[in-house]
Amino acid sequence: MTGQKLVLDVQGLNVDIKTPKGILHAVRNVSFQVHRGETLCLVGESGCGKSMTSLAIMGLLPKAAQRTTTRLSLLGDDLDKMSAKHLNNLRGNKMAMVFQEPMTALNPAYTIGEQLIEHYCHHKEVSAEVARNRAVELLDMVGIASARQRLGQYPHQLSGGLRQRIMIAIALMCEPELLIADEPSTALDVTIQAQILRLLSDLQKELGLAMVLITHDLGVVARIADRVGVMYAGEVVESGTAEQIFSNPRHPYTNGLIGCIPIPGRTPAGGQLGTIAGVVPSLIGDLRGCAFRDRCSYAQPSCEMTIPIYGVPEEHSWRCIHEHGVGQ
Amino acid sequence: MTALIQAHDLTRSFAVNAGMFKPRQTLHAVNGVSLKLERGDVLGIVGESGCGKSTLARMLLGLTPASSGLVEVDGKDIAKLDRRELTRRVQPVFQDPYSSLNPRKSIVSIVSFPLEVHGIGTGSERRAKALEMLERVGLPARYADNSPGQLSGGQRQRVAIARALVMRPEIVICDEPTSALDVSVQAQILNLLMELRQEFDLTYVFISHNLAVVQHIATQVAVMYLGRVVESAPTQTLFNHPRHPYTQALLASVLTPETGLGIPDMGLGLSFPDPLNPPTGCPFHPRCKQRMDSCETERPPLTVLPIDPSVQVACHLYSPNHQESTLS
Repeated sequence: MTGQKLVLDVQGLNVDIKTPKGILHAVRNVSFQVHRGETLCLVGESGCGKSMTSLAIMGLLPKAAQRTTTRLSLLGDDLDKMSAKHLNNLRGNKMAMVFQEPMTALNPAYTIGEQLIEHYCHHKEVSAEVARNRAVELLDMVGIASARQRLGQYPHQLSGGLRQRIMIAIALMCEPELLIADEPSTALDVTIQAQILRLLSDLQKELGLAMVLITHDLGVVARIADRVGVMYAGEVVESGTAEQIFSNPRHPYTNGLIGCIPIPGRTPAGGQLGTIAGVVPSLIGDLRGCAFRDRCSYAQPSCEMTIPIYGVPEEHSWRCIHEHGVGQ
Repeated sequence: MTALIQAHDLTRSFAVNAGMFKPRQTLHAVNGVSLKLERGDVLGIVGESGCGKSTLARMLLGLTPASSGLVEVDGKDIAKLDRRELTRRVQPVFQDPYSSLNPRKSIVSIVSFPLEVHGIGTGSERRAKALEMLERVGLPARYADNSPGQLSGGQRQRVAIARALVMRPEIVICDEPTSALDVSVQAQILNLLMELRQEFDLTYVFISHNLAVVQHIATQVAVMYLGRVVESAPTQTLFNHPRHPYTQALLASVLTPETGLGIPDMGLGLSFPDPLNPPTGCPFHPRCKQRMDSCETERPPLTVLPIDPSVQVACHLYSPNHQESTLS
């Protein structure tokens, strides 16, 4: 999606966490760009560093974690060198986040209304009345009926789906340019999940947001993403458009992941599903070569060396010794 | 031939505190459910959270007594059966392998515990049996003396399966056995369950909210909504011809990894109804697109579909009166 304004530019992002056993490399040399009106999905299994990536962008990493980047910019402003005050001005204002657990992300002691308008009043310096009107407008937008009455309710009075809608409304109050959604639908029922994802993708198109969606569900990725980054052991192992990733996956891990899921009508019922043998490696200490090589059926001795990136950067590229990928 | 496990009009209600100074209310978690499984069947039970799936599972296991109705194993009422006799025949695998294993016990003592309870064999025989079963579920003997904390989620779920199978039960009740696992691990566990079913001639009750998984593993599917079964059919029939509007919506909400399809709009509306205050008539009518006048007043009974006797559906659309009125 060239020609659109570049919203988020991440180059060479590393997140290291000090642990008693050594340094854990949670995110390793991750680079991606998100343009206006574009949805980037980061997909991978638990522990692959996808949530750490999102927290690193927002500047919300835990104290033990150390972020280093060659470039991390939002709308051209360098987030890495920025003062805390300046960052606070952007966070919740130009970039916003929707968390996974709507049960824990909302403060149970404050009403929905208070939580909706707090940061709006802070960032926009407007009266509570203006902010309340904006909140009602947003609740309407995310499909919550009788919005004005809802403002006085507490989170526990709402269902999971409604709470996640409130979270989305809170994130969109200040008209952000960048929305990061970390597993926004995982804690919800299937029917509610589809509604929330539809809402997010509709709003994203309507408002021209740049969206980073983090998920482990390939079904979600296929339906919502423009671009996809497949993460494994802290690295992006393959990136491309959704079409390229699903119809022409090149990295053995991407191939393995797609083969793992039962698809009604396509995988024979009761048949064997594809599996990926072995377990995710430990990310503590010095890591060399391809992290996937122990589980990979295409592994070669050269997998222990530095792994090249093949393909066209910013289009479809994969981090593997096989120049043309492994195909399906 | 009598069914291996059969539920007759099973009901479970709980008294719920509605709040201070308010009278206690009755919540019907499971409301008149009848099921029948032959040996070798895999019954998939699907539905949203709060529809009574897990309560039903606990009743089939004899962990929660029924308020009315009865469960029969091989024609014998389980309420009258000796607890040991029942556990020899019916065993559970629970959702969360992090909380279903005692963290202070070693793997081998967890797996051999059922043998100990039943007083089978000597200590060394029990250990040998447990090791054999661990080997069978794909856990090498070197893990036998580890504690659950040293294992990954997938390995723990293998321990839970080994513990369930060490008594050689006939029926295994799996309550969301793969929901807490990553997709690649989920595929391993599903393959294992399928292999074990062949090998030990098992009958499964498989509870899940993931329809793709149910389609893959089940031979029969029952769809639950607010404590009742609204549709029950052989798996292929259910997935090819979903009859109940709720089943249709559930199937539409499955996000298969196919690009370019977008997120479906099921038109289900926002709210899952309050189970304390279920709607009159058909419990699904407030969310149903094909609602008729009779749906608000009259609850459709679960009836056999005249054109396909293997299908049972609870919907006025398929009642003889409605069929006639649309034809005339």
